[in-house]
Amino acid sequence: MRSVISIKGLTKTYAGGFQALKDVDLEINRGEIFGLLGPNGAGKTTLINIVCGIVNPSGGQVRVDGHDIVTEFRETRARIGLVPQELPTETFETVFNTLRFSRGLFGKPPDNQHIEKVLKSLSLWDKRDTMIMNLSGGMKRRVLIAKALSHEPEVLFLDEPTAGVDVELRQDMWNVVELLREEGVTVILTTHYIEEAEQLADRVGVINNGEIIIVEEKSKLMRDMGKKQLMLHLYDELTEVPAELSRYKLDLSDDRRELTYTYDTQGEHTGITDLIQDLRDAGIRFNDLQTSQSSLEEIFVDLVHRDQ
Amino acid sequence: MNFHAIKAIYRFEMARMFRTVVQSIVAPVLSTSLYFVIFGSAIGSRITEIDGVSYGAFIVPGLIMLSVMTESISNSSFAIYFPKFTGTIFEVLSAPVSYGEVLLGYVGAAATKSVIIGSIILATASFFVDIEIAHPIVMATFLVLTCVSFCLFGFILGVWADGWEKLTIVPILVIMPLTFLGGTFYSISMLPPTWQTISLFNPVVYLISGFRWSFYENADVAVGLSLTMTVGFLVACLLAVRYIFKTGYRLRT
Repeated sequence: MRSVISIKGLTKTYAGGFQALKDVDLEINRGEIFGLLGPNGAGKTTLINIVCGIVNPSGGQVRVDGHDIVTEFRETRARIGLVPQELPTETFETVFNTLRFSRGLFGKPPDNQHIEKVLKSLSLWDKRDTMIMNLSGGMKRRVLIAKALSHEPEVLFLDEPTAGVDVELRQDMWNVVELLREEGVTVILTTHYIEEAEQLADRVGVINNGEIIIVEEKSKLMRDMGKKQLMLHLYDELTEVPAELSRYKLDLSDDRRELTYTYDTQGEHTGITDLIQDLRDAGIRFNDLQTSQSSLEEIFVDLVHRDQ
Repeated sequence: MNFHAIKAIYRFEMARMFRTVVQSIVAPVLSTSLYFVIFGSAIGSRITEIDGVSYGAFIVPGLIMLSVMTESISNSSFAIYFPKFTGTIFEVLSAPVSYGEVLLGYVGAAATKSVIIGSIILATASFFVDIEIAHPIVMATFLVLTCVSFCLFGFILGVWADGWEKLTIVPILVIMPLTFLGGTFYSISMLPPTWQTISLFNPVVYLISGFRWSFYENADVAVGLSLTMTVGFLVACLLAVRYIFKTGYRLRT
């Protein structure tokens, strides 16, 4: 798949000496939803702001659809829409006018039909003549998305798009992202809600301390790095794990009534059948069992901790 | 050239003026009318003519300049500072626009507002005193040049300011005294010789003098020198703006 954004050796050191990005290489494929994950201060917003032209890079090169972001900024910026993390809006302007402004700013001729379509897709059409100051936080978030879509971008950056919004609105926004995917828009999503990336992203990148730790297809990442666990609820309390079961590396819970067995989902043999047989031989009975699989959030936390 | 962007910024800023019509237009017209009542009628009636012009008519060019300079700085500094303050500047910085286009949009709109205000004040003044404009083209040239120069200055101020106090402190502590001491209400020739010399270091003297010459053909300094100084100020502001845009000073990190 041809990349729409190509980042090579990107560095950013702020005036105070803080190095926000260290030699970042990243390729974003056309039409994909890319989840950029990282803890606070990892460099996500700096990376986005450099691609969008808000922050000057210290070194390296960024190309959008083959165009350099510095020397061919008109070509690159016209293709990009940005929904920032905060809620900066033209307080005293109406919803419709602020979209018209955004569209013009990005060099597109007026097109009220397109603005109407965008507003309707985000359930904002009824609010088109409302001053932005009179909208709720969630509605302002929608307006920012609508503004970013007003000039029909090929690439959309969503920097924490659902921060502080209610569950219903979050679901609405997920639906909008799915629609954009269908229209072929490339979406780069940063989020603290890993569940969001798990739900939406095709690929995931994790950034920490200004460095990209990993970039992988979400399903592969979860398959490769995810753990699966079998929890056995014991019939009787167990004082300690018998020596003959040591090869299973079982964890005994504090209340001594649950044994946890972690196994490799990729392995040829999970070892579960042997474990159950050995438990019976050791006279350990259980009255319930359940399995669980690592979420993307657990994988993310594990990756970040491993990097520190 | 991104004409759509220039138009969008220009329309957006003009819409702000019409949204705040009381603050943008009525306030300067009211304050100028009060100047006419106080200096033109109450005090002015006791002052003899200056260089063959009645005192009420004499102060008209100075009052127009006073309002135009104040409003130009206020409009353009607010236009760029407010998006910085609210964070909406991100959209302009991430748009496919050159600095020149941004400047045309913001400064063009602010200068348009100032020209409108100057024209309204001139019309208002005509209700109080008889006004003659000896050189209308020169008058319009000085008016436009002053509006554009001070809008550029306001733009620089708005970029430089990192708080509301800084935004207001320069117009109040620098521009206002320079304007009042720049011959708005008197001719420089009425001052003692030492103060006349000191006054010549005040750039506003040249703007008001040249503008007044276009009305009554009376000037404290040669009109050519006034025009040179006005253009010089415009060029200095353009160079400062060029530096800001080249370095991203206080706009891009």
